[in-house]
Amino acid sequence: MGRFHPHPDSHLHADSHAHVDSHAHRPGNPYEDGRGRPGSVGDHSGYSTGAERVEVLERILGENERVARANRTAFDAAGVTVVNLMSAPGAGKTTLLAETLRRLAPHRRIGIIEGDIETSLDADRLEGFGAAIVLVNTGNGFGGECHLDAPMVASALPRLPLGELDLVIIENVGNLVCPAEFAVGEDLRAMVFAVTEGEEKPLKYPAMFRSADLVLVNKTDLLPHLDFDAEAFRRNLDAVHPGVDVLAVSARTGEGINAWCDWLANSFGAPGAAQTQR
Amino acid sequence: MHELSICRSVADIVTRHAAGRRVTRVQLRVGALRQVVPDTLIYCWELAHADRPEAGVLAGSELAVESVPAAVRCRACGAHNELAVPVLRCAACGAADVDLVSGEEFLVTSFEVATDAAEA
Repeated sequence: MGRFHPHPDSHLHADSHAHVDSHAHRPGNPYEDGRGRPGSVGDHSGYSTGAERVEVLERILGENERVARANRTAFDAAGVTVVNLMSAPGAGKTTLLAETLRRLAPHRRIGIIEGDIETSLDADRLEGFGAAIVLVNTGNGFGGECHLDAPMVASALPRLPLGELDLVIIENVGNLVCPAEFAVGEDLRAMVFAVTEGEEKPLKYPAMFRSADLVLVNKTDLLPHLDFDAEAFRRNLDAVHPGVDVLAVSARTGEGINAWCDWLANSFGAPGAAQTQR
Repeated sequence: MHELSICRSVADIVTRHAAGRRVTRVQLRVGALRQVVPDTLIYCWELAHADRPEAGVLAGSELAVESVPAAVRCRACGAHNELAVPVLRCAACGAADVDLVSGEEFLVTSFEVATDAAEA
């Protein structure tokens, strides 16, 4: 993006732009053509000023992390285990969740926080299993977010009966990039990877694959129809996240779903543990 | 496209530290293992604070991104190498037993404020 070039530190332009007092109070950018005119961004001072450098060294997502810790504290206080479920769009998170609820909801008290950009379609599909479901539409607010962040999850907490739950699964927005950067207060991260996505994906989206505690390889029922190279996938996954847990599942046929439910059950301790602690 | 929300976080941090002083330049440090596109950050920077009167000190400021390569130190042979691809493996001996020493940075490192003393 060549139009943003390094700050001209000493040879400032002499063309007189807005006085500091006038533009400091004006909302928006006073340099109306600043986006299109080379050199106009950051090169605006009409006065022979010096620049003072202020060291900050602050984590960019520190505020999100602070809210995530507060969420985690609320979850811990309620004795709830929280799993952040992430994937690309269409990898099968919602179908997997429906099958998970079908098996686990009779025995465990489960809450679902459903992140979706605009609709309640996914949340609707999870109704009827006896789980508490809260929808967070990320399309509200700033143009539609591609991920859930900690404040969005915090906004969902008052609508969940946390004290009555054993497990909360957060179905993140379908996206292989953005959700990986945003902690929401979860104990564990699971990601759903569909074999239709191709074996090279761990190398293309390492941040997501690196952040997952468990990778569910979904849609295995389609393998006979695909050229998916399972060994290459495992090699690629191992390259970006050595030793990560992997489960082969098919939400459609039920293959591996019990193993996934066992993984979830293990994540909140031995059977019965959650009940007896209350 | 989470660069916009990242820019908003940066804007909040810098506005708080600037304490009313006019900011001319903001410096970030972003590791290669962060799935963040520096050019997109720069593109989003103005969008992230335009229309936000509370971030008015950022008007006209420039965002600069210092990219930090990912690097590992091998526990087996001790080699230190930069990664060209996000494969956590020692380039010298091939061992997978490596410690990540850089590549996950995600910081506002500094910013510059105009001292605006000239007109006096």
